[in-house]
Amino acid sequence: MSQQIVEPKRSTLLRTRSGGKRTTTQEQAKTRLAWLFLLPTLAIVAFVAIWPLVQTVYQSFTDARLASGDEPRFIGLENYRLLLQDRDFLNSILVTVQFTLITVVFEFALGLLIALVINSNFKGRGLMRTAMLVPWAIPTVVSAQMWKWMYNDTFGVINDFLVDKVGILSRPIAFIAERNTSIPAIAAVDIWKTTPFVALLLLAGLQVIPGDVYEAATIDGANKLQQFLRITLPLLRPAILVTLIFRTLDSLRVFDVFYVMFGNRQNTQTMAIYNQQNIVEFSDLGYGSAISVAIFLIIGIFVVAYVTFLKVEEV
Amino acid sequence: MARVATAPRATTRGAAATGSRSFMQILSRLLFYLLVLLILLYTLIPFYWAVRSSFTPSAELFRTPVSYFPANPTLEHYRQVLGSGLFRRALLNSTFVSLTVTLLSLLVGAIGSYALGRFKFRGRTPVLYLVLSMTMFPQIAVLGALFTMVNRFNLYNRLGALVLTYMIFTLPFTVWVLTSFFSQMPGALEEAAYVDGATPFQTFYKVLLPLVGPGLVTTGLLAFIAAWNEFLFALSFTQTPDKRTVNLAIFYFSGTSGSQFEVPWGQIMAATVVVTVPIVVLVLIFQRRILAGLTAGAVKG
Repeated sequence: MSQQIVEPKRSTLLRTRSGGKRTTTQEQAKTRLAWLFLLPTLAIVAFVAIWPLVQTVYQSFTDARLASGDEPRFIGLENYRLLLQDRDFLNSILVTVQFTLITVVFEFALGLLIALVINSNFKGRGLMRTAMLVPWAIPTVVSAQMWKWMYNDTFGVINDFLVDKVGILSRPIAFIAERNTSIPAIAAVDIWKTTPFVALLLLAGLQVIPGDVYEAATIDGANKLQQFLRITLPLLRPAILVTLIFRTLDSLRVFDVFYVMFGNRQNTQTMAIYNQQNIVEFSDLGYGSAISVAIFLIIGIFVVAYVTFLKVEEV
Repeated sequence: MARVATAPRATTRGAAATGSRSFMQILSRLLFYLLVLLILLYTLIPFYWAVRSSFTPSAELFRTPVSYFPANPTLEHYRQVLGSGLFRRALLNSTFVSLTVTLLSLLVGAIGSYALGRFKFRGRTPVLYLVLSMTMFPQIAVLGALFTMVNRFNLYNRLGALVLTYMIFTLPFTVWVLTSFFSQMPGALEEAAYVDGATPFQTFYKVLLPLVGPGLVTTGLLAFIAAWNEFLFALSFTQTPDKRTVNLAIFYFSGTSGSQFEVPWGQIMAATVVVTVPIVVLVLIFQRRILAGLTAGAVKG
């Protein structure tokens, strides 16, 4: 295939705005084809995500119940009025936001530290990067069970280590049961499982920073700290923002780790757990849908906050 | 991104510049390796503890002070776990659901991401945004509506309910990652195929699909792991023990008993090891590709 024959074809293939009648019809044909190829994907997404979302919003204005023969009645904003007075729901927001703050801050700080370590030159960095993938890959349920056993107040290794071996604690603590320790304890599980993933995302960002920037800075007499603050952090910002958004959204919808460790225990329900309980356990589809919409809006607020923060910074 | 391992390193260049004071250098090197060791211990100790507990006989497991190595290692917990018909059934259920969802997502997603990655057309950007936002979609927000749907199609307490609903997170993810693989491919082969008179579908099927093979493996693996790890839908849409996925089986191991002496922690740990080992092996084999796939979307973000 010689280059000359390929060349004219390429212009119609790739340059979409080259004008001319023939090109436009070809463009139209290509557009039609592209949509045809996308049709199965879009159909499934519409079916399992968008349509259910529309239905959720609609159901939130009704008194619909799961698996009930009665036709749901339209009750306007009644569910939302109840929701605003629902102490359990407000408490679940507090628990979730508290958990999100702790995990995102620690995962980011630790993840950045680990990313910087792996990004430097030492023997065994390949091994370390592999080790980082393991906590990420195992199911949350599995990691929750592993930690639940380690937290055990009588036979758990953490109490044994802190009381008998190190002596920091005078008596074993039921980390999961006691109110003061339960949220930090569960946050520690999430931090352990997710920090490596954060580190890998930030590492990918670090590795696209060209090395000669640092060389120039070294010649100019900038020390390590200055280089980190003036070069690494600003150039890493896109990766940092993506990571923070990912992690915040994930933490706000946390379900698995709380469910395995606490079950439906009232004072430590997250938004997602309270929602699931209302729908599945209480069969209260209307009210549950209102909670879903509220969660969706709360998550939306965080997204908007992050995006505007990004915009403001760019000006 | 697959080249990450050979990329230039960051901190070596400082070493030569500081020069003479070798004692400080050795000290900082030591502290650095101490940090590396700490990170590795932090990452791996919980796994060690699960493995250690799975080999420790119950009598020794529930005794204080805690022993850090099993004095009389036993396979008893594994025998009990793998001997349980329900746990084997759960392994089978999880494998079936995860494989089906992965294959469906790849089948549908490959052709969709071909359009997104290789075609320039009006509406491409909105579709990309839609796909991206779907990858971060909070599944809990549609739980009620999906429950209604599952009931209507008579799928409650059937594995089909999971195959259907898992598409909500595997498909957008598959499309997103595969699109980045497709758009990285050189255009020349595709053009050659067009010149030879191939239709776009033939070009996709005979020329591009084989080339994107590694991308399919990576994406499939990530989708498989995501489906294997799912808990919320499995918990909500199944009821009887014979329909449980492994996550549910591991959860219900302890969920029913009251006293902590009755919780079969040895068996639970054996079960977690059984579930974790295949994933760890997959991760070790495909680690380069997983890294590439995981960061494919994020870095461009």
